[in-house]
Amino acid sequence: MQLRLENFTKKFDNLTVIDQLNLTVESGEMMALLGPSGCGKSTTLFTICGIHRMNGGTLHFGDRDVSNLPSQQRNVGVVFQNYALYPHMNIRDNIAFPLRVQKLDNATIAKKVAEIAELVHIPELLDRKPAQLSGGQQQRVALARALVRKPDVLLLDEPLANLDAKLRLEMRSEIRRIQLETGITAILVTHDQVEAMSMCDRIALMKGGKIVQLSEPDQMYNDPVDTFVAGFLGNPPISFLDAQVNADVFQVGPSQITIADSLRAKVNGAVKLGIRPEYFGPQFGTGITGKISFVETQGREDLYNVTLPDGSVLRSIQAAGPRLKLGDSVNWGISHDHALAFTPDGARI
Amino acid sequence: MNANFKSWPVIAILSLVSLPLLIMFVFQIVDTFTNPYPGSIWPQMFTIEHWRFLWEEPATGRSSIWAVTWNTFVFASTTAVAVTSISLTAAYALSRLNFPARRFFLAGLIVLHAFPTITLIIAIFLILQFLGLYNSLMGVILVKAALELPFGIWIMKGFYDTVPWEIEMAGVQDGASRFTVWWKLVLPQVQPGLAALLIFSFLSGWSEFVLPLVLAPGNDAQVLSTYLSALILDDAKPDFNLFKSVGLFYAIPVIVIYLVFQKKLMNIYGGGSKG
Ligand SMILES: Nc1ncnc2c1ncn2[C@@H]1O[C@H](COP(=O)(O)OP(=O)(O)OP(=O)(O)O)[C@@H](O)[C@H]1O
Ligand SMILES: [Mg+2]
Repeated sequence: MQLRLENFTKKFDNLTVIDQLNLTVESGEMMALLGPSGCGKSTTLFTICGIHRMNGGTLHFGDRDVSNLPSQQRNVGVVFQNYALYPHMNIRDNIAFPLRVQKLDNATIAKKVAEIAELVHIPELLDRKPAQLSGGQQQRVALARALVRKPDVLLLDEPLANLDAKLRLEMRSEIRRIQLETGITAILVTHDQVEAMSMCDRIALMKGGKIVQLSEPDQMYNDPVDTFVAGFLGNPPISFLDAQVNADVFQVGPSQITIADSLRAKVNGAVKLGIRPEYFGPQFGTGITGKISFVETQGREDLYNVTLPDGSVLRSIQAAGPRLKLGDSVNWGISHDHALAFTPDGARI
Repeated sequence: MNANFKSWPVIAILSLVSLPLLIMFVFQIVDTFTNPYPGSIWPQMFTIEHWRFLWEEPATGRSSIWAVTWNTFVFASTTAVAVTSISLTAAYALSRLNFPARRFFLAGLIVLHAFPTITLIIAIFLILQFLGLYNSLMGVILVKAALELPFGIWIMKGFYDTVPWEIEMAGVQDGASRFTVWWKLVLPQVQPGLAALLIFSFLSGWSEFVLPLVLAPGNDAQVLSTYLSALILDDAKPDFNLFKSVGLFYAIPVIVIYLVFQKKLMNIYGGGSKG
């Protein structure tokens, strides 16, 4: 079911946290709300499920205006960061709770619980108490409970934040699988760009209560609207250089970087260049000289920081090879087609 | 216990200090079943005559022990139920709902909790008299419950505060009303506090002395504590062994309840301090 948030405004006392936000999530789509801490992700999520009231704007699920409906009448499934399982009930009763509230008969409830337990792969855990489950299993139960009454929308607030690295990887694909299998419209709140990029169809990147960019993950990565977006996505992060346009080249200190054809007509004067670490290295020829100021081996890959003569730093990630040492001088090249250009105040050119 | 920490000296000291108390207790029990020879303090003759108050008709002007026990039981249990049920709802409101003057109520609670309530006794006396509840069990129950409430509410609020709000929000999202959420999801989490408070206020009612003494001095509303005090104040024929027997009879339920429920009572100290 399509979810449409229009001109949504939220104030806490006199503090406007969200101002005139518009967001449409298409039916069956999984949308990430991504952004730094305090940007209003949870606030948006809790407004959609009815915990917070809106100070302005409307919310539609399909054709139904739910702006002023209480939570109980919205039919939204929510998975909380700490899962919020009911500690005194066993897993079966936890999952059955939303159905019991609807006063369904026991046979129907048993059938639905069995189905959903099958879907999230926990049929053997039904008789346990929440405290007897691992974090990943609790997560699955929380998903099952949120999905069992077939909600219009599924909301996930940082669902992976409490899991260790390996489980996080596993649950990432599990949540996506379950979302695709049920075809439910879902919103995932996260501040982890990897989660957003790997799990979602589209990402809404938020900052200070506004959506800065809304697009598909690869497009957001390759075509950011400003330095904030470019800097938020990518790990290790993009590096920025101050450059001057000089005829056909960007002049960075003594070094020169050819201006890509697509950019040539649009740039002049001072610009900010964004270079992702995978586009700087020996495989792109030479032209940029500097000293290695940081080395990190990640097994399959090596990460280097290269300090240029003017003090700015470029990052490079490359397949593990002959190990360079701190202080070594290098002369590497940049894939100039992939250099992103920004105005000095950060807007994309 | 820590291996470096020798426990026997502590046990020795504690035993020594509590020895006099222990001896008194033993004597108390032994005395109720024996009589000394005249002029001796050592118990020698076994007798159950000191317990005759249990089956004999009471002397004129005295109430039957069973009527008094029944009064005490009604007083303690009604107070406990009233205190617990009001604390359960009031503490939930104070912990979770955002209503006007919430801070004022909270502050008032702390003040009342620490207030020497006995100083109110004259005002309470006047109010009861005005309401026509003076010298009735009902009146004492109301007063006792009211005075216990700040403590009960404060304790229960401590328990509610430890329940994560996400559990309630999850319940609301699952379609349950606020009342269902409270009843089915939140109450089970504070159940240890509920049990502890129930027992605690029962015991507190069972041992209450001043309120019944002042507010219900008549025979109809007599409870065990006032019965006991009337016994010892009876100058005509002081009978210390009878006094000891009634005292023991009065204490037995308390001891039994402590033995049976001590784990649950400990929760009051565990749950109230968190969060
Ligand atoms: N109940 C509240 N009262 C007042 N201000 C609030 C309240 N809840 C949130 N805020 C403020 O609203 C802003 C957005 O908060 P929100 O919880 O939505 O951030 P978030 O994006 O979810 O951050 P995080 O990643 O840390 O969870 C913050 O500045 C926060 O201080
Ligand atoms: Mg948040």
